Amino acid sequence: MRRSALFSWLQAAPLALVLAVFLLVPMAMLVIVSFFDYDSYSLIPDFVLTNYRESFSSAVTWRTFGKTLWFAGLTWVITFGIGFWVAYYLAFVVRGDMPRMVLFVLCTVPFWTSNLIRMIAWVPFLGRNGLMNSALIGMGAINKPLEFLLFSDFAVVLAFVHLYTLFMVVPVFNTMLRIDRRLLEAARDAGAGFWQTLWCVILPLTKPGIGIGSIFVVVLVMGDFATVRLMSGGQSASVGLMISNQIGLMQYPAAAANAVGLLAMVLLLMAAILRAIDIRREL
Amino acid sequence: MSKTTLTRRGALSLAGAAIGSGAITGFPTLWAQNIKGVTLRQVGTGVSGLNAIAEQVKKDLGFTLQLTVSDTEAVAQRAATQARSFDVADIEYFSIKKVYPTGVMQPIETRRIKLADKIVPIFSTGKLLPTGTPGQGTAPHTVGYVDGKTSTKFASAPTGWMTLMPTIYNADTLGIRPDLTGRPIRNWRDLMDPAFKGKAAILNIPGIGIMDAAMVMESMGNLKYGDKGNMTKEEIDKTIAFLIDAKRSGQFRAFWKTFDESVNLMASGEVVIQSMWSPAVAAVRSRGIACTYQPLEEGYRAWGSGLGLAKHLTGLQLDAAYEYLNWYISGWAGAFLNRQGYYSAVLDTARQHMSENEWGYWMEGKAATADILAPDGKVMEKVGAVRDGGSFNDRMGKVVCWNSVMTEDRYMVQKWNEFIAA
Repeated sequence: MRRSALFSWLQAAPLALVLAVFLLVPMAMLVIVSFFDYDSYSLIPDFVLTNYRESFSSAVTWRTFGKTLWFAGLTWVITFGIGFWVAYYLAFVVRGDMPRMVLFVLCTVPFWTSNLIRMIAWVPFLGRNGLMNSALIGMGAINKPLEFLLFSDFAVVLAFVHLYTLFMVVPVFNTMLRIDRRLLEAARDAGAGFWQTLWCVILPLTKPGIGIGSIFVVVLVMGDFATVRLMSGGQSASVGLMISNQIGLMQYPAAAANAVGLLAMVLLLMAAILRAIDIRREL
Repeated sequence: MSKTTLTRRGALSLAGAAIGSGAITGFPTLWAQNIKGVTLRQVGTGVSGLNAIAEQVKKDLGFTLQLTVSDTEAVAQRAATQARSFDVADIEYFSIKKVYPTGVMQPIETRRIKLADKIVPIFSTGKLLPTGTPGQGTAPHTVGYVDGKTSTKFASAPTGWMTLMPTIYNADTLGIRPDLTGRPIRNWRDLMDPAFKGKAAILNIPGIGIMDAAMVMESMGNLKYGDKGNMTKEEIDKTIAFLIDAKRSGQFRAFWKTFDESVNLMASGEVVIQSMWSPAVAAVRSRGIACTYQPLEEGYRAWGSGLGLAKHLTGLQLDAAYEYLNWYISGWAGAFLNRQGYYSAVLDTARQHMSENEWGYWMEGKAATADILAPDGKVMEKVGAVRDGGSFNDRMGKVVCWNSVMTEDRYMVQKWNEFIAA
């Protein structure tokens, strides 16, 4: 018995080691550096609270955190709205495994190019003299180009939705496939209509998938900086962008302090999601 | 899986790791009897990190110049924090103000630079002409020299030890789309004209952007700085507050960080007036779109770059690096850079590599007598064209400030971040 226990420890050791070296140590470094002092070209090992004080006493920081949450919330609502129905269509409407798989692979096609390219592709489409505005003007729907299409929060959320909806579709689709079809028949036999079945049977059983999808989307949006910078033309801010700016200017301790703040916020969000949904059933 | 395969694989991966980690080093470079075996790794920005230069080095000097290109901030960051990852840094003077004191560089011995006394005086006295006044900000001559071989303190006057050997510099101003602005542009304050609401852009590199903002502030009469290049906290507050107001009211379409972004903003018509760099204007024009590098009454904001040596360079590699530095100002590279609208540190040698027409157009402000070609052979300007801003003396002589690192740098950068996040 003791030998087998030792063996289990040994089996778990490599992963534990990898996690320790590549996750825990860097995290610890991050926390340590966030208490360092700095000047324009070097880090000064110390224990000061200035980085936190400077960062969190500024209204701009709070606004930026708020904005990041807002991006995450809005993106979550939209990706969930779209992702759920796409997954529903794939899982329950499409008949046969073959067409289902073909359609599913089709969903992933955009992911064969890089994140950045998918994002940049929007620029000529949405610009002041872009395809969208030219088309609308050509149709006579508007007489002045719509400025809000590009370099705006609208553009940022649009790109997020475009980039991350699939992360919602996949886990939701996956859990939906595992729902026992007999339950749906039973619901129908018991007199439940479409919406009642959806609300009382499918939704509760899909919750783990929704939980995983939500974690993907929320984490990806919260940590993003490239999308926000490119699609808002540098006009909008996110915590990630703020951190990236500070790193670019060699203000590592300030960046670390903000990173710790962001980490705390994301962990709280994760805790909330995990409390609401037991995703372990899925795993 | 059997035991033997495991151990064999283990041994192989261990050996691989040992080689990969560079544990096996320190072989005497016996085979590198001459300079031809040397490789110099250079970090720098896209401005001068050009393959054509590396190819010419290979041809003229025989050794390999390996280029890594990133943006202004990343270059400074890399130089200061990963000193072993490069041999030569192609870096801006305002960045070297931050990087040199970290002790990762070694000074360049002026006596080993053959044409040192031919370098334009901007880099030694700060004055283009003996009667001129140096611009405000981190002017190259203020951070161009250190006291001695091991000193990291900048010298106030030229010494025998240079921090950087100057290579390239220019006078920057606003770029405009004359077809879309609808009126002549004469001053920095035109960037804030309500007529260009939602059609203006400024660059998001604090040390440069703050100077453009200061030029605008002074031009509008909002503020008279004691020294633009070294603002007080109060001046920084006022400048940033002004920028935030302008941003909130929707004056700006975007903030750009890289050369390409600025070209795309202008070429697509998203922006009609913005901070810009000279070759970016040329790039817009080469697409057949009208774009002017507009000289302004208040003068120019200038920048300069040079090559610096990493501290770890010794022996043959150091000799090769000096060969490279000397080659850089010996003519070919200077002409190559001048043809893109920049200026070379030594003018006479560059002139020998340029045609009369090219020299006249780029340096003397004369109308082109034949088509002006880009380095890749494309027609850049037609016969009769005159360079925006005119001659070298007209442009560099009107420099009023340089890209800067201020005493209140940390505060300024924090505030700048607030502006970007606001």
